[in-house]
Amino acid sequence: MTALFWICAAVIVLSALAVVTSRHPVHSVVGLIVNFAALAVLFLTLSAEFLAMIQIIVYAGAILVLFLFVVALLTAGSDPVERTPNRLPEQAGQAVIAGLVALGFIAFGVRADWGAHAAGVPSDLGTIGDFGVQLLTTHVFAFESTAFVLLVAIVGVVMMAARREVRR
Amino acid sequence: MIPHVPLSDYLWLSAAMFVIGLVGFLIRRNPLTMLMSIELMWNAGNLVFAAFARDFGDMSGQIFAFIVITVAAAEAAIALAIVVMVFRRRPDVDVDDISVLRG
Repeated sequence: MTALFWICAAVIVLSALAVVTSRHPVHSVVGLIVNFAALAVLFLTLSAEFLAMIQIIVYAGAILVLFLFVVALLTAGSDPVERTPNRLPEQAGQAVIAGLVALGFIAFGVRADWGAHAAGVPSDLGTIGDFGVQLLTTHVFAFESTAFVLLVAIVGVVMMAARREVRR
Repeated sequence: MIPHVPLSDYLWLSAAMFVIGLVGFLIRRNPLTMLMSIELMWNAGNLVFAAFARDFGDMSGQIFAFIVITVAAAEAAIALAIVVMVFRRRPDVDVDDISVLRG
C-alpha cells in the first residue's frame, strides 16, 4: 500500500511537470493522461471506487479527447506554437514566487490539526451502491444543480457556435 | 487491517500538484497548456476531497469530488470552444495576442 502510494506520487509529480514544461500541446495531453491514470489508482487506495472509474471514463476518456480534438484543430502541421521571446519575460520568476507563496499557505492547512478522525473506514465507503444512494438522497440538490450547470454549458457552447454561422 | 498512508502524505502530494499547475498556468502562453494546468489544479482539489472522505469515513467528500469533475467538464467544453473561436484564423496560438479588451 505504501509503496503503491509513493510510486503513484512519483508518476503524478513527474507527469504534471511534463504537462507544464513540454513544448507541444500533444505531449502535454499525453502527460495529463498518465497523470489521471495514476490519480485513479490513488482513488482506489482511498477506497473511492466510483471516483476512480469516473476519473478514467470522464477525464481520461471524454475531456482529454476534447483537448486532443482542439489541439489537432489548432496546431495541425505547425511547429510548437508558443512564441519566443515571451512578451512578459519577467513573468516566470514571479510565477515561481507566487507558487512558493501558495505552497506556504497550503502548508499551513496541511499541518493544521484536523480533529478527530474516524476510527475505521466503513466497509462500504465509496462503493457504487453507497455512492448512488448518497447522491440521490442526501446530496440530491447538488446533483440536480450539476445537471443545470451542464445545461448552461451546452446552451453557451451552442450559442457561440451558432453566432459564427450567422456571421458567415 | 491494511496499514494506511497518512492523510498528510495525500495532502502534500495534492499541494505539489496544485502548485505545479499554478506555476504552469502563469508561465505558459499557450491557451491549451494553460487549460491543462487548470485541470491539474482541479484534480489536486479532488485528491484532497477523496483523502478527507476516507479520513472521516464520510461519503460527502467523494460526492463533492464527483460534482467537481462535472463542473470541470463543463468548464473545459466552454473554454475550448472559446479558444477555437478566437484562434481559428490566427497563425500563432498565444494568449498575448488576445488584446481586444485592452488587457
